[in-house]
Amino acid sequence: MTRAMRWLVPLSVLPLLALLAYGFRTDPRDIPSPLIGRVASPFALTTFDGAPVTLAALRGKVVVLNFWASWCNPACYDEAPVLEQMWQTYRDRGVVVVGVDMQDTTEAAQAFIQRFGLTFANAPDLQGKLAVEYGVYGVPETFFVGRDGTIRAKHVGALTDAAVRAKLEPLL
Amino acid sequence: MIPEIGAGALMVALGLAVYGSVVAAIGGRTGRTALVESAQHAALGVFTLVTACLLLLAGAFLSFDFSVRYVANNTNLGTPFYYRLTAVWGALEGSIVLWAWMLSVYTLIVVVRHRTNARELYPWVLSVMLGVLAFFLLVMTVPAPVFQRLTPVPPDGRGLNPLLEDSGMITHPIALYLGFTGFTVPFAFAIAALVTGRVGDAWITTTRRWTITAWYFLSLGLLIGGWWSYHVLGWGGYWAWDPVENAAFMPWLTGTAFLHSVMIQERRRMLRLWNLALVIMTFALTLFGTFLTRSGVVASVHAFTQGSIGIFFLSFLGVVLVLALALLAWRWDALGAQGELDSVVSRESAFLLNNVLLVAATFTVFFGTVFPLLSEAVRGVKVSVGMPFFNQVNVPLFLGLIFLMGVGPLIAWRRASLENIRRNFLWPVAIGIAAAAVFRLLGVRSTLAVLSLALTVFVAVTIAVDLTRATRARLRMGERLPAALGGLLLRHNRRYGGFVVHLGILIVTLGVTGSQAWSVQTETTLRRGEHADLAGYRVRFDGLAASEESNHFKVTGTFTVANGHASDVVLRPAKKFYPQEQSPIAYVDYRLGLREDVYLVLGDFARDGSQATIRLQVNRLVSWIWIGGVVLTLGTALAVAPERRRAAAAQGAPA
Repeated sequence: MTRAMRWLVPLSVLPLLALLAYGFRTDPRDIPSPLIGRVASPFALTTFDGAPVTLAALRGKVVVLNFWASWCNPACYDEAPVLEQMWQTYRDRGVVVVGVDMQDTTEAAQAFIQRFGLTFANAPDLQGKLAVEYGVYGVPETFFVGRDGTIRAKHVGALTDAAVRAKLEPLL
Repeated sequence: MIPEIGAGALMVALGLAVYGSVVAAIGGRTGRTALVESAQHAALGVFTLVTACLLLLAGAFLSFDFSVRYVANNTNLGTPFYYRLTAVWGALEGSIVLWAWMLSVYTLIVVVRHRTNARELYPWVLSVMLGVLAFFLLVMTVPAPVFQRLTPVPPDGRGLNPLLEDSGMITHPIALYLGFTGFTVPFAFAIAALVTGRVGDAWITTTRRWTITAWYFLSLGLLIGGWWSYHVLGWGGYWAWDPVENAAFMPWLTGTAFLHSVMIQERRRMLRLWNLALVIMTFALTLFGTFLTRSGVVASVHAFTQGSIGIFFLSFLGVVLVLALALLAWRWDALGAQGELDSVVSRESAFLLNNVLLVAATFTVFFGTVFPLLSEAVRGVKVSVGMPFFNQVNVPLFLGLIFLMGVGPLIAWRRASLENIRRNFLWPVAIGIAAAAVFRLLGVRSTLAVLSLALTVFVAVTIAVDLTRATRARLRMGERLPAALGGLLLRHNRRYGGFVVHLGILIVTLGVTGSQAWSVQTETTLRRGEHADLAGYRVRFDGLAASEESNHFKVTGTFTVANGHASDVVLRPAKKFYPQEQSPIAYVDYRLGLREDVYLVLGDFARDGSQATIRLQVNRLVSWIWIGGVVLTLGTALAVAPERRRAAAAQGAPA
């Protein structure tokens, strides 16, 4: 091997490093849900305040369905302010945010809602039945339902402002 | 106070490690021993501080000090004493503490052992060890601060991941990390050899025991990991080609290649460049493993949480690879071979082929592991290659390796004559072929299984042939059988230790082959009193019971297993419901046996206890995998024991 060629040896690892670095830009948990494009499973819940929420009644609006639990720390704690902010920003543009509290106790859930001053609809799904229908495998998970009632996007893990912009804006 | 004291101690340790690494290098460059001695004191200081941090962390766990965020996140008031200890390294931050602590122990051993016997290399070895240590201390200080304070202090913590509540969690990480960190020592010696230009064989001889030890712990870590997977995860298997398993397996493969190729360098002065490259690769792969586990780049069941830590590991991996390979390029001319390959039919070429197969296996595992990334980068689609890919590519490679395991130790160096081949391999080949025929007649249908078993027999016979011949030679000298056999093992402990390790691998192979080829399973729903039949076992569902444990709620099923002749066995698989987990954790119950294991998992059940869904498995020969691990341990102990051969030779005893 010539003198110049041999210095290519250390450089040969650069493409590999680049590939691994590329991995940071992707999210391995961003597994496409088979539900995307399908009609969202209907639900009829009663919020902690006693008001009914049904998917049927929200037809024509963009519905953000967020599955959470008070025991899900820190992800649910991180995203709670983001959700509230999103609700305040987009409520006038035809967006409804529905929080579904799964496998939780009512007291802990209400303490959580108070702590973050959440004003959007939050309903208990204490047995986690709705979560099963939506194929939720961990909290938090968020589904974006379009005006036509089909699931258009899904987010796994704590919701961020960037994710809201990327996944909600196109549906408006 | 604990968070502040711990964080402070880690910062001081980081400073000391950086200082030690730099002055050791200057000492090595200038030959000023005072500097090297100062670096030694720094190494001692780092060890003391990291030990103190580990104890501090353990203390925080034992006393439920939830002002430490890491403690609050990984334990709660219900966590039993034993698991509060293992929780110390149960998650990302703590695992790095354990890692750094082991590295500091190894550094100290290097100081004690090699201070005088490797004079030229020693300062650079110390410098590299402390440099690597500094990196891990940096990780513990910046991206994964283990002593971060949590305010306000919560009344209770979140609890440990229930899957980690298992005795395997004390042994598996410790063995695995001892293996991972152990490879730092040969790597440090390789770098020292390159820097000083002393690329001869001294560094290889000095690090032989280190390499074997690291390799052994890595093997043990992999086996215990398999055991944990088998008896905790409840899917009835021990290996899934998961990215993180692969991450531990790849350095094992290259480490194995290195263990064999050094023998050619010692004997024939060949492969210098190759051996250095293998050590660098092995160390880089251990870093790659930590990167993969902790960066969240590839999805895996074992992964820790993600964060900026991945970038630290990737950068360090990049620095290590580029620097090490640049050193290799710099010393290229000095790395030429002095000996050369005389014949294709020789021990050298058997070992070379072994290396080629091992590196090919490493490459395919690597390729399969990063394939999801590659596919996403190139085609924009996330695709995973599953078990079929890994099995299809690797099984033939492994079969080839087993074959070489029989050939390598017996074939002659340089050029094997026909006489040599006939003398060594006639019986093994004949018995191997006969065994294949017998297995076929006994009804083994899978060709792969027949091949694997026949090869196992072949290798076992080569070992027997060698041992018999050597023992006979001693018997002719008038020794008695036990003395002859014992003397052989002790005087030639390196060779026979290697044989015992090979035997261990063969036993593991037997277990893997058996479980892959003959395991059966069924899934069924039973009402109380009903039974299911599988492979001669009759499993009756007797009922369900619920109980409240210290940190979870548990539903236990009772099943009676009868198999005709032996007395009935009661199995109690359960489902555990932890408040912090959204899905229940299965608790497997099983009865292990040499021939087969009965393995029972409780699935869904009716709340009133009237019916339950079970998965019943009869797994064949799995126990031999764990037995193989024990044999491997004995073989390694024999191989690293101090050599008596030279002492014996001095007395004129026949070697």
